[in-house]
Amino acid sequence: MSSATETLKHDAHDDHHHGPAKGIKRWLLTTNHKDIGTLYLWFSFIMFLTGGAMAMVIRAELFQPGLQIVDPQFFNQMTTVHGLIMVFGAVMPAFTGLANWLIPMMIGAPDMALPRMNNWSFWILPFAFLILLSSLFVEGGGPAFGWTFYAPLSTTYSGDSTALFVFSVHIMGISSIMGAINVIVTIWNMRAPGMTWMKMPMFVWTWLITAFLLIAVMPVLAGVVTMVLTDKYFGTSFFNAAGGGDPVMFQHIFWFFGHPEVYIMILPAFGIISHIIPTFARKPLFGYASMVYATASIALLSFIVWAHHMFTTGMPVAAEMFFMFATMLISVPTGVKVFNWVATMWRGAMTFEIPMLFAIAFVILFTIGGLSGLMLAITPVDFQYHDTYFVVAHFHYVLVTGAVFSIMAAAYYWLPKWTGVMFDITLAKWHFWASLISVNVLFFPMHFVGLAGMPRRIPDYALQFADFNKWISIGGFAFGLSQLIFLALLIKACRKQGEPVSDQVWDGAEGLEWEIPSPAPYHTFDTPPVVK
Amino acid sequence: MGLLKGTIGTLMSMFVSSAVFAQSAESARSDLNLRQGVTEISSQVYDLHMLMFYICIGIGVLVFGIMFISMFLHRKSRGVKPANFHESVKVEIAWTVAPFVILVLMAIPAANTLIAMEDTSEADLTVLVTGSQWKWHYKYMDSDIEYFSNLATQREQINNKFSKGENYLLEVDRPLVIPTGQKVRFLITSDDVIHSWWVPDFAVKKDANPGFINEAWTNVVEPGVYRGQCAELCGKDHGFMPIVVIAKDPADYNAWKSEKIAAIEEAKAEEERLLAMNMSMDDLMANGKKQYLAKCAACHQPNGEGLPGVFPSIKGSSLVLNDKVGHIDIILNGRAGTAMQSFSKQLTLSEIAAVVTYTRNAWGNDTGDIIQAKDVFMQANGK
Repeated sequence: MSSATETLKHDAHDDHHHGPAKGIKRWLLTTNHKDIGTLYLWFSFIMFLTGGAMAMVIRAELFQPGLQIVDPQFFNQMTTVHGLIMVFGAVMPAFTGLANWLIPMMIGAPDMALPRMNNWSFWILPFAFLILLSSLFVEGGGPAFGWTFYAPLSTTYSGDSTALFVFSVHIMGISSIMGAINVIVTIWNMRAPGMTWMKMPMFVWTWLITAFLLIAVMPVLAGVVTMVLTDKYFGTSFFNAAGGGDPVMFQHIFWFFGHPEVYIMILPAFGIISHIIPTFARKPLFGYASMVYATASIALLSFIVWAHHMFTTGMPVAAEMFFMFATMLISVPTGVKVFNWVATMWRGAMTFEIPMLFAIAFVILFTIGGLSGLMLAITPVDFQYHDTYFVVAHFHYVLVTGAVFSIMAAAYYWLPKWTGVMFDITLAKWHFWASLISVNVLFFPMHFVGLAGMPRRIPDYALQFADFNKWISIGGFAFGLSQLIFLALLIKACRKQGEPVSDQVWDGAEGLEWEIPSPAPYHTFDTPPVVK
Repeated sequence: MGLLKGTIGTLMSMFVSSAVFAQSAESARSDLNLRQGVTEISSQVYDLHMLMFYICIGIGVLVFGIMFISMFLHRKSRGVKPANFHESVKVEIAWTVAPFVILVLMAIPAANTLIAMEDTSEADLTVLVTGSQWKWHYKYMDSDIEYFSNLATQREQINNKFSKGENYLLEVDRPLVIPTGQKVRFLITSDDVIHSWWVPDFAVKKDANPGFINEAWTNVVEPGVYRGQCAELCGKDHGFMPIVVIAKDPADYNAWKSEKIAAIEEAKAEEERLLAMNMSMDDLMANGKKQYLAKCAACHQPNGEGLPGVFPSIKGSSLVLNDKVGHIDIILNGRAGTAMQSFSKQLTLSEIAAVVTYTRNAWGNDTGDIIQAKDVFMQANGK
């Protein structure tokens, strides 16, 4: 693959090449995958802090029993918008940002296949979230029905801002679909010569599969929010029994989107971890082919497990059994992935740089979330767990210490390649250890209060839950503050303050992106490299 | 990595010790673990939970143990050279098949318990449970007994003005009463949004879906007081609609039942009496304020101003000021397509008269109108 480097060095001196435009126009009008990746990543980080601030409001209210800080209606708005922002504003755009930066560099393509659509798919996002956030300030407040917006709470019984919520979700969906189309077209058509399917890096594979999931289910989300819109404003009765509809049908449609959505938020994380562990174990990924098949199996199974979110809605026993067994089955390919990571580490020569620390934390904490997920799959016991803090603990383990930790691992892993300098390692260590400890103080006791019987989405609770909630809140504040260390580190790195790094950056890193200069030039691979 | 290992270890041992604690405390409520509950089903569910928990701990110890050993032994600082193996079909098949077998072993007891839980046939007693924002209504299908069950915790405790009682947020004015040793079937539905009726000690959690009826059942062995909460987000006061079930042995239950039926007869006679007489403005205002604060203030607020954009203001409302018939009608029948529910079953005629009089004369709504129980009676019966 040395030809890649050769081509690039030649290109870098080519006169017809232009660098980025100057000023705000560079960012508004850009069609460059690296610029758009940067925009996505900063946007997602701002949303992460915004959604985090809302979580701080929630935890402040729950610090002790009684109502102290906010009224229950506003509390419900906070839980709702926190969820929406974290799912659609933080995690999904972060992965799209990583896809933009990395996929062309990993497959030896000069850019994404559809650069103008790429610009558009990013720039509609800030408007979607402006609309959503502005809904908090209209009379009656923002959406207060949970991010899952179950009808009829979101239709007949919702506030006037519901139309804003529906419109913003439509825009988020359009953005995601465009991003997914771009990923598929790029991977399908723009791989460098010799980059066959089974030579593709894992991040590319997992994103390709994720993109198909997105195209399959985002239209379903668009459909269900539209049904909410027409039920509320235009007199239809999709979810109203009095008009011949069914409120439980809402949940079936929503979770038909919602469950694959869960995997949309974790499959790219699997890809990231599959890059980082081999690099720092200095040993190739164990079971590459089985990793690809496991990812595809998880994606396929994700379409037939949706009703495990709805065991208490009153389904026939046969349906409950089907969804219980199908859900349990998902733990097989997920287990295969974890075993492969451990086997990759086995008999490697490991070092524990920051990306590796996050990756190891991911494997352990995601697995804890996966194991509680297996417990939740068991229908008769799920009746006890359902809608309690046990579920809150479960999905925060897979989404925060899973998806979010993988995004941080990715940021630390590829940041030197993007900026050309090594980030501030002292700050990074503080960030890692502070996050790791606080996130467990935050989410681990939620298992206990959940099992002991504390329902989720309540602004006030019985006295027996008081002690743990205090600890959970303290963990929450600490985790929130820890992210400011990350902010400081990122600002420093983007200002290129730090030691310059080599092209390969990390001792054991392999792949096309490590063969181009650091920082990565504005244009890469104008002439495709040849992969042998 | 020592710290990481230590953290995980501590957390794991916390989890394990929690399990041990719960087992010794039998059927009592635990601060750390699922409770065993007081029915055969709930203890089966508890056993399943513990089985799953130990299997997960086993998997966790195995996987994380190997990881930590590897992290200790296979580090570059120890001068090891990396191996180069990167696939093995045999190993892949082994760790696909082994978990599958474990899953089958889990699935069998789970399926058996599930089938038992969903068998609602041959019940001795049936109770219709109806959720509405934010209270429960119980109707005994074998008698005339029916009543609403509201949160009994004082607002002042919630707002931190009074100190909080032992059963803070888990106490109601009228609990559900069921007999022990009998199969009690619950028919569960809702008047407005989706609620979920959950009593952890029975391992019963079932959604209350508007327009549909779900079934669940329990058979409680020991008499006692069992507390639960609404488990599905149902709007502003979702956290404030607890469930209390008192299980009495059959003799006590029958005594309670006769008492309740007698009380219903008495209330009917009292209602007839009030229908015939005229109440004074002061009495109506006093009773109206009491009913308003109990039934209306959660949405329309104690000052009558509602929550803009969510719950309309009554203060200065044109319906209240100008449309007496419409005013009585909306309280009697509710308004379809909005959160305003029907109060014809929750309030007596004289109570509705008092609420109407109160809201027409409070907070500067100075209509001077006096509404008597018979006015409401006439309108309710289309006269």
